[in-house]
Amino acid sequence: MEHTTIQQKNIKWWSGGKSPLNLEYGKGMMWYFLLSDAFTFGAFLISYGVLRFSQNYWPEPSIVFSSFPGMGHANLPLLFVSVMTFVLIISSVTMVLAVHAGHKRDKAGVQKWLIYTIIGGIIFLACQAWEWTHLITAQLPAIVDGQLQLIGQRNGINPWGEPVTGAALQTALQNSSVHNLASLVSENHLSHLSHAELMTTSKDQLITLIDNANVTIRETGPTAFGGIFYGITGFHGFHVTVGVILNIIMYIMTTNNVFEKRGHYLMIEKVGLYWHFVDLVWVFVFLCFYLI
Amino acid sequence: MSQQYDPTKAVSSSAAYPEVSYVHHMDDKSFKSRIKKTTIILSVLTVCELLIGYYLFVLYNGGEPTTSFFTLFLKGTVCIMTIAKAYYIVSIFMHLGDENKMFKRTIYIPLILFVWFITAFLYDGNSFKNYKNDYDPYFKSTTMPKHDMKQKAAPAAAPAKDKPTLQ
Repeated sequence: MEHTTIQQKNIKWWSGGKSPLNLEYGKGMMWYFLLSDAFTFGAFLISYGVLRFSQNYWPEPSIVFSSFPGMGHANLPLLFVSVMTFVLIISSVTMVLAVHAGHKRDKAGVQKWLIYTIIGGIIFLACQAWEWTHLITAQLPAIVDGQLQLIGQRNGINPWGEPVTGAALQTALQNSSVHNLASLVSENHLSHLSHAELMTTSKDQLITLIDNANVTIRETGPTAFGGIFYGITGFHGFHVTVGVILNIIMYIMTTNNVFEKRGHYLMIEKVGLYWHFVDLVWVFVFLCFYLI
Repeated sequence: MSQQYDPTKAVSSSAAYPEVSYVHHMDDKSFKSRIKKTTIILSVLTVCELLIGYYLFVLYNGGEPTTSFFTLFLKGTVCIMTIAKAYYIVSIFMHLGDENKMFKRTIYIPLILFVWFITAFLYDGNSFKNYKNDYDPYFKSTTMPKHDMKQKAAPAAAPAKDKPTLQ
């Protein structure tokens, strides 16, 4: 016995006879999958960085992400995304609790915390769906080809360029169609008249309304902005969806006593690792798209 | 599997894997306080990040983004906070901090590649922008922010004289 202890003290590296990483196989492989996935996300985020660094102008996130459900045109920068971030952090905490309950072979605890995690994931996805819908279907003023148009944030075009002011703005507004001017006026509630009634108003009156209200009208922003945003948040949303599906499978397996019969709840731990990784990636997506 | 060993004698709750002797197990009390502490740290860091983000918004006054040393400093602070958050998620929530030393190395040594990855690619993007501004007048005139053009007009004109024209 003494001999063994001395030997173990001297051996710093693996020398056979025991598991080298002292780790369950499936868990290790989940870690290596997540490592490779980290590089995939890293490549996406760095390609975003390269595109941003290669442009003279890039919109600030607080300009883009400033709306909240049910608040109309109120300017509330970062508020909605902070809700999304907290939902994901809390669902990560409930997942830790589910894994811990699994270690104790507490079936009811695993079920309870998995349900909370699934709900958190679904809330996050719903938030993202709202945000995407809001950005795509938005009617935001932008000067396209020298005249006013109302556009949303799409892959090819977005209204996040520099603000247009002064004479350039006046010329552009004069060149715009009455329809677009009337849409801008009714979209921003600058007049109590309906869109059809505004269509019959003269162009000068509409322009005066817009000028008096100090509506910020921008040029179109960098083309890559929309694509890179939808690409990366979409890829992350896809990961969340997979995570929610995996959690639902874990819940069904727990309910069917699969893990109870197996004698351990290690599968919960592996899915937990994946779920934390999704949270981890969001931390970086949040940094790159919403904060800096 | 259960015929091969006696689960009652197994060291860990991962009884199906008798070769794994090391399990980061802790009692309920220390586990709960640890998770509570980490949650609070993550929340506080997130709130600080959001406050800095909101302060940047106030600084821009809802309009023109400007690049100054101060804004870059704030953005750098947010980046460091994010790395701290990532550390807590990986180390506590994902339990990497409790794993075998060798296993930890197999995870974090490959991640060192990111240092080169970020430095080289961002430098590349910046250099691409400089070349476009030097040799593509259309790109420069259509994309350069107007408020920047005014400031940079004077110093940019001076070296242009020394530069040999491409034609």
